Amino acid sequence: MKALDKLLGGQQNLIGIALLALLILVVFPLTLDAFRLNMVGKYLTYAFVAVGLVLCWGYGGILSLGQGVFFGVGGYCMAMFLKLEASDPESTKIQSTPGIPDFMDWNQITELPWLWQPFHSFSFTLVAVIAVPVLLAFIIGMALFKRRVGDVYFSIVTQAIALILTVLIVGQQGLTGGVNGITDLKTLLGWDLRTDSAKLLLYFINAGLLFGCIFIGRFILASKLGRLLMAMRDKEERVRFSGYDVASFKIFVFCVAAAFSAIGGAMFALQVGFMSPSFVGIVPSIEMVIFAAVGGRMSLLGAVYGALLVNYGKTYFSESFPELWLYLMGGLFIAVVMYFPNGLAGLWDSHGRQALARLLRRQPPVQAVAPVVKPKTESKILETQP
Amino acid sequence: MEWLSEFGAIAAMQGFNGLSVFCVLLLMALGLAIIFGQMGVINMAHGEFLTIGAYTTYVCSSLTAHFAPSFQPYYFFFAIALSFLVAGAVGWLVEWAMISRLYKRPLDTLLATWGLSLVMQQTFRSVFGAREVSAEPPAWLMGSVNFTDAIEIPRNGLFMMALTVLLTAAIFLMLYRSRWGLQVRATVQNRLMSRAVGINTRKVDRMTFALGCGVAGVAGAAFTTIGSTGPTAGSQYIVDTFLVVVFGGAQSLFGTIASAFVIAQTQSLSEFFLSGSMAKVLTLSSVILILMLRPQGLFSIKVRK
Repeated sequence: MKALDKLLGGQQNLIGIALLALLILVVFPLTLDAFRLNMVGKYLTYAFVAVGLVLCWGYGGILSLGQGVFFGVGGYCMAMFLKLEASDPESTKIQSTPGIPDFMDWNQITELPWLWQPFHSFSFTLVAVIAVPVLLAFIIGMALFKRRVGDVYFSIVTQAIALILTVLIVGQQGLTGGVNGITDLKTLLGWDLRTDSAKLLLYFINAGLLFGCIFIGRFILASKLGRLLMAMRDKEERVRFSGYDVASFKIFVFCVAAAFSAIGGAMFALQVGFMSPSFVGIVPSIEMVIFAAVGGRMSLLGAVYGALLVNYGKTYFSESFPELWLYLMGGLFIAVVMYFPNGLAGLWDSHGRQALARLLRRQPPVQAVAPVVKPKTESKILETQP
Repeated sequence: MEWLSEFGAIAAMQGFNGLSVFCVLLLMALGLAIIFGQMGVINMAHGEFLTIGAYTTYVCSSLTAHFAPSFQPYYFFFAIALSFLVAGAVGWLVEWAMISRLYKRPLDTLLATWGLSLVMQQTFRSVFGAREVSAEPPAWLMGSVNFTDAIEIPRNGLFMMALTVLLTAAIFLMLYRSRWGLQVRATVQNRLMSRAVGINTRKVDRMTFALGCGVAGVAGAAFTTIGSTGPTAGSQYIVDTFLVVVFGGAQSLFGTIASAFVIAQTQSLSEFFLSGSMAKVLTLSSVILILMLRPQGLFSIKVRK
């Protein structure tokens, strides 16, 4: 029971999670049509990345500008499996080499490259979706954190890695599909992904996985590791001198964030039906940071709201006022950093809770007759809650 | 002996090619070496200050062609000076409005300046259009100099080199031989102590940032001689530029020069054997691998934090 309480993080957080679950699992599926719901599903795949960033940036102080790399690698692993399934010899018989993905045929490749071979197996793919990005994160983390590379340098190096991977994917057209990426994904183990019912089911699987990640994140933060992360962020030297191996904790949380991003990427490939280098590079990677920043870098749930809100804004404005969008996005970066460093979650803590409490107090006349619960102390208690 | 001279010619041209990449990298990195290397501010909008310089030169060129065609051979020097002033002034404003409030939060500076770069890019697009524009270089920069029959060196490349050397020398003198440079370095090393001995650190910060931006503007002006300018022209190089500064060892101007040279030569040499994109992948990966082995960069004595 105590473990469960720890996981849910008390009454306040339980209400927060319940509200979010209500919104994602009930309100959206009931009110949105299939197309819009699929779009929300796409936004929610970015929320995986944002949740990971809350862990490693908000709490651990590690700003990775290369989360798109893990999102992309996870997505590409899934897309490679789906692409192989979509290019069986039967449906690709007009190619000069049937049975290989179409873009390979266009690039005069006559044999499936060795890198693609294991992706015939679904179980291998499921393992690879998480294992490959985590391994990558582990190597990067080992190399950088063990040598005590500072925060800023870590950010720059991860950004450079995002650039390298994009250039590599675009350059190796025959192996990766180049700029267009891997497109025309149709079925998963014979199950047609393009139907509305499949999309609905995928949406719920996606939401379930997202809540799974939030719970894992919550568990980590509630444990001693969560305290250590914050301590490292604020006074790294002091934690090191207390006898903790700072680098290992950093590597761990970076790997967790990478795994979350990779799950998001794989779900993206399943729901949207393609994967391309435009989700890997510098610009998408840094945009993922703004999702977490808008939602609140210290709030796992806020990250989900941030991802939903920013992406909705992006879709809305780039459809209606494409000129304005970059100004808004830029302004958002500046405003969030300079005026609302704790994002929406911070605003909620400082203003929202009190406003809600005031609203609840004023509203029902029945309560006005009954002695009002001491307002002063109540708001104070609310303020100090994390 | 024919093949030998041919080989020599190819080697010379290839070497020159590497040298011009070196100049491009170094020109971009110089401003950043001041802002990032000395002040520790991560200015992701550095590329946009470069673009400001390039657009300023373009405006100068159009105005000259329109109002004073006879001034054409000389306008370029004027444009360089103006680029420096405009980019520096914008940098001064940015430092005042934004950077100065974020000195204690380097990672947040990174995000805020990224936002700034988006805003600046869209401003360029709104003002100058999404299409690339090009300034008309003065006639004496066109064509090339023939050293032998086989070796041709373009004049704009030579001009870039000269400008790079001059600018580097100027920055070196300012940082290491002037009273102002002494104040900058003192502020960087110990802000509180510098303030205690009477240095106006606020003013030093603002001037340093403005100078770095101005230098980026000059680089942008120089770039108009080798290519056209678009709204996102500067941002394409921002990661390479940061890598140059980090690779060289952030606080060392000499390190920046050396690392720009190494990276440029690796890049142009591998381009000779591989495709352009693979050459870039190879260069960047080697830089990152070396940085993993030697995180403090090529030339640095201090362990960085």
